[in-house]
Amino acid sequence: MATATDTTLAVPRKPSPTPPDRFRLLTAVVSLAAPAALVLIVLVLFQQAWPAVTHYGLRFLVGTNWNPVTEEFGALPGIFGTVSTSLIALAVALPVGVAAALVLAEQGQAAIRGLIGTGIELLAAIPSVVYGIWALYVLGPWAFDHLETPISDRLGFIGWLSSPSPRSLFTASLVLAVMILPTLTAVSRDVIRAVPRGLKENAVALGATWWETTWRVILPSARSGIIGATILALGRALGETIAVTMIIGNNYQIPPSIFSPAYTLASVIANEFTEATGVLYPAALIELALVLILVTLTLNVVALLLVRSTAARAVV
Amino acid sequence: MNRNVLRLTANRGAIGAAYVLTILALIPLALVLAYTIAKGLPAVTHPEFFTNVERPVGIPGSGIAHAIVGTLMLVGIASLGAIPVGVLGGIFLAEYGTGRMADWIRLASDVLIGTPSIAIGLFAYALLVAPFHHFSGLAGSAALAVLMLPIVMRTTESAVRLIPGGLRESGLALGLPRWRVSLQLILPAAAPGVITGGLLSVARASGETAPLLFTSFGNPFLSFDPAQPLEALPHIVYKFALLPYPSLQEQAWGAALVLVVMVLMINLASRYVLRRQIRLAGQL
Repeated sequence: MATATDTTLAVPRKPSPTPPDRFRLLTAVVSLAAPAALVLIVLVLFQQAWPAVTHYGLRFLVGTNWNPVTEEFGALPGIFGTVSTSLIALAVALPVGVAAALVLAEQGQAAIRGLIGTGIELLAAIPSVVYGIWALYVLGPWAFDHLETPISDRLGFIGWLSSPSPRSLFTASLVLAVMILPTLTAVSRDVIRAVPRGLKENAVALGATWWETTWRVILPSARSGIIGATILALGRALGETIAVTMIIGNNYQIPPSIFSPAYTLASVIANEFTEATGVLYPAALIELALVLILVTLTLNVVALLLVRSTAARAVV
Repeated sequence: MNRNVLRLTANRGAIGAAYVLTILALIPLALVLAYTIAKGLPAVTHPEFFTNVERPVGIPGSGIAHAIVGTLMLVGIASLGAIPVGVLGGIFLAEYGTGRMADWIRLASDVLIGTPSIAIGLFAYALLVAPFHHFSGLAGSAALAVLMLPIVMRTTESAVRLIPGGLRESGLALGLPRWRVSLQLILPAAAPGVITGGLLSVARASGETAPLLFTSFGNPFLSFDPAQPLEALPHIVYKFALLPYPSLQEQAWGAALVLVVMVLMINLASRYVLRRQIRLAGQL
């Protein structure tokens, strides 16, 4: 007989003879803290940004000035910096991340794979500010000497590859690429592992090589999951603050070249919020955060649903 | 025949490329660690680096004791809030989490994990700094707690799920109520996994700078009062690294080294604990 003590049914039958499970109620209420925090964050930021939202309207999103003295605020250079650093980072990290995921998802040699996997996960554990100081003193100057300068010497006649600088949109993108690599690799590895074994075995039985199996069977089958991993990583890149703030050069402009200093939404907030006075200035900064959070929230939800739909097939 | 040679060559090339790219992925880890150690060592070899607080440029004997104390307090208080809530929430997701509501909670906590931490900082500022007109360690802890909560929740859920149903059923068969089964049987059995989640969230929170900028703010003096501004290790790295004084930059690298060692030790410890959990769960 199914009673409330039946563990296979988490939900008790409707006419329950036993008193309600108060422990269940308690834990359910406590677990609501996560969605509650999420909703509250959006609502509070909305409320705080409201003066700027009503004062500037949609002009805020397309304006290119950021002048606290005249209270002219436009988010476009910030949006441009955030989106372009994240996309360049993704373009650099994606091939590396998917290749590492393919290697890690293979069977056998568990010890070596475990070691590589641990290494990549430790990459995720290093604090953002440590990437920042490393980028500022090591990666930035190196990229300036060995990537930016040679490229702009040869291709500088193309406007957006000219005028190299050690603190730039490009160096910020490089450090972001390193920072999103673990997310990309870990999630891709999981969805690649979830590809039904039978599919792979069929391809191998037909005489396909490792590469043919991977390229024609595994990757297409894991595609939506890998897209999900990509979007998750994009979300991380968009929201990354400290490391980018230290290396991007903090120049509020739509840069003429990818090697020029720029700014991102998160960096503007990090640099200016504690000094923002008046009503409109802090509200405008919070509106930047609102733009950022609404974009990352949407991307995250889409990405997680894609990853889940792919990973769920592993059960089949 | 020729075509097969082509196929095999392509295959070899692809395998080679995959391994090369994988190794490429590990190079940044090696470089970041190598530079942090090399540039951080000069600072940390002075014992007063750990016992003194920061001093003005040019005066020797500057240290980061206040930042270490601040980080411990900020993360400690955040853990007091986030870990119990996260563990109970995780138990709900694992033990009762079959319905639509649980699915929504899972999605929300995964989204929360990916929320920009600077936005969480602004949120804590609006609720806990602006109304009181001063920065405080408590506001910083609150921001860190929001960051830690979903991590603890999701790792607790997966740790509790690892426990085989037999343990739960034997408890229920003995007539124990559900809450005692969950808290006194399942949770102890899942403890290593739960501890892993707690450690990972602590490691993550210890390294965060962005949520602290507008909450705990930073403080050049040693303070034990969470109602006042507190310094933190990542914040001191951020603050000093951008200043044009070599002595402060050296301090920044030193603080970065201390931070990296701390975070990596916590991570490796959590890995060790988790491995024991998986072995234990296999024996149950």
